[in-house]
Amino acid sequence: MICNEVNFSKMEKMMIQGRIWKFGDDVDTDVIIPARYLNVSAKDELAKNCFADIRPDFAGGVLVGDILVAGNNFGCGSSREHAPLAIKAAGIRVIIAKSFARIFYRNAFNIGLPLLESAEASTGLSDGEDAIIDLAAGRIEGNGRVFQARPIPDFMAKLIDAGGLVDYIRKVKIGK
Amino acid sequence: MSMTITEKILAAHAGRDRVSPGDLIEAKVDVALANDVTAPLALKVFGEIGVKKVFDADRVVLVADHFVPNKDIASAEQVKLVREFARRQGLRNYFEGGESGIEHVILPEKGLVLPGQLIIGADSHTCTYGALGAFSTGVGSTDLGAVMATGEIWLKVPPTILLRYEGSLQPYVGGKDLILHTIGLLGVEGALYCAMEFTGGVISRLPMYQRFTMSNMAIEAGGKNGIIEPDETTLAYVAERTSLKPDIFRSDPDAQYEKVVNINVDGIEPQVAFPHLPSNVRPVSEVGNIPIDQVVIGSCTNGRLEDLRDAARILKGRKISPSLRLIIMPGSPLIYKLAMREGILEAFLDAGAVIGPPCCGPCLGGHMGVLASGERAVATTNRNFVGRMGHPKSEVYLANPFVAAASAVLGRVGGPDDM
Repeated sequence: MICNEVNFSKMEKMMIQGRIWKFGDDVDTDVIIPARYLNVSAKDELAKNCFADIRPDFAGGVLVGDILVAGNNFGCGSSREHAPLAIKAAGIRVIIAKSFARIFYRNAFNIGLPLLESAEASTGLSDGEDAIIDLAAGRIEGNGRVFQARPIPDFMAKLIDAGGLVDYIRKVKIGK
Repeated sequence: MSMTITEKILAAHAGRDRVSPGDLIEAKVDVALANDVTAPLALKVFGEIGVKKVFDADRVVLVADHFVPNKDIASAEQVKLVREFARRQGLRNYFEGGESGIEHVILPEKGLVLPGQLIIGADSHTCTYGALGAFSTGVGSTDLGAVMATGEIWLKVPPTILLRYEGSLQPYVGGKDLILHTIGLLGVEGALYCAMEFTGGVISRLPMYQRFTMSNMAIEAGGKNGIIEPDETTLAYVAERTSLKPDIFRSDPDAQYEKVVNINVDGIEPQVAFPHLPSNVRPVSEVGNIPIDQVVIGSCTNGRLEDLRDAARILKGRKISPSLRLIIMPGSPLIYKLAMREGILEAFLDAGAVIGPPCCGPCLGGHMGVLASGERAVATTNRNFVGRMGHPKSEVYLANPFVAAASAVLGRVGGPDDM
């Protein structure tokens, strides 16, 4: 089953299946979405230029439900939320990496793009192949192997269950 | 129980007696900041949350500094959106045009950020204000929109890495070299999720502008913040700019650190970070022969008056190499005026420089100095990622203002001793 739209309140049921787009270490937000494209905020416009400089085939080739796999420190550098927005709007439904830069990590969960940390999966999965991910369980299946990601921390799961940060604030903080 | 300065500031803003690394807290925010690139998204989030007014019209600061003077129609629309929001909300601290400069230069300059505060900005270099002894960190637009609505933010208390600098600085070596050397030592994720606390005899003798440079680049090691305990230097700087009384926090002598790194600075030369990571550093004597096409002096890292004075020491009475462009961007209108009064700008013009308006412009490949394919630049900025200043096949070498100015004269990457 391919999940077309992330629905965090149903995270426990969420399965993601798609093609892997693999990147290396220290992928910074400048290469995810170069600054010259930041004069707009519309996510579909941002998606068209996602990875424009280092992987020009990405924006045209990525399909909804695809999976991004990277090494250490994914999303380092600028705090631009346009980076996870562009990746999500392009179709990516989960990012698996050895580690994530701090601001990117917050931004991704805040906008409803889940992240999983697994050094083994990061090394073991190959570009262009398919993988199946059970998000709540952190179970990653691909390349004929099964990998177990670190569980999503409780607080992030709570944010997700509230429907992202905006809904969390609306429900919990101002009681709307 | 003992705490670090970072833990003390976070505890005070969470209404708790103490906090420990790993604790999740909801903390009150003293200053919330965004710019013309990050504010439009934050305002959208603010609208979705559904409150009418920002939590405090005097504590939300919006600065148009990235793509101003507006570089195209789309940028002009973004700034217009932010300007109209600021007017509707009655924000006292909205800066544009002749009032504006680079956000991380003008907020300290105007006395809008103080020791002991908790400052959240939708810009990764918000960590700059750690130099004042504040907890200050960058977030994305959704976090910032939520702060604008509630005045609070959730944070995970970070463990602290203590970086202690002892010894004597060599000529032409300063804060930029210390932080580049440190990033080279730790790596670009060496301080991931951690607080960085800079201390030691070298730091206590370091002038404010070089402390700002160090805290500014904490993010380039992955750090959450980069903090320096306030001392007489800090308090003198603050007293000149505001009558508000700062809250002074200091780390306890027996505070717990994740790691303590002792750095002897005696042998540290001016540092140059090669493409394409700030951690890819070499001493300037080992750079080899690298011809360059452009030099940029400015940015939130090195765009302060004293940085320009440092560059002027090298450039006064000299001409830049005819093979390159030298672009100098003073960090604020006040710096621009003082540099003009001191004759610094004239020295730059005589040397062959172009002097730009106070803005972020070339640092992020926005405008006013974008690189073509195959071009190389030496910049006093903070990032040298692929395509950071323009074409993906261009290159950026990060250095201090002395090295940048010397490179402009030499036509290649080099320090004052090479001239």
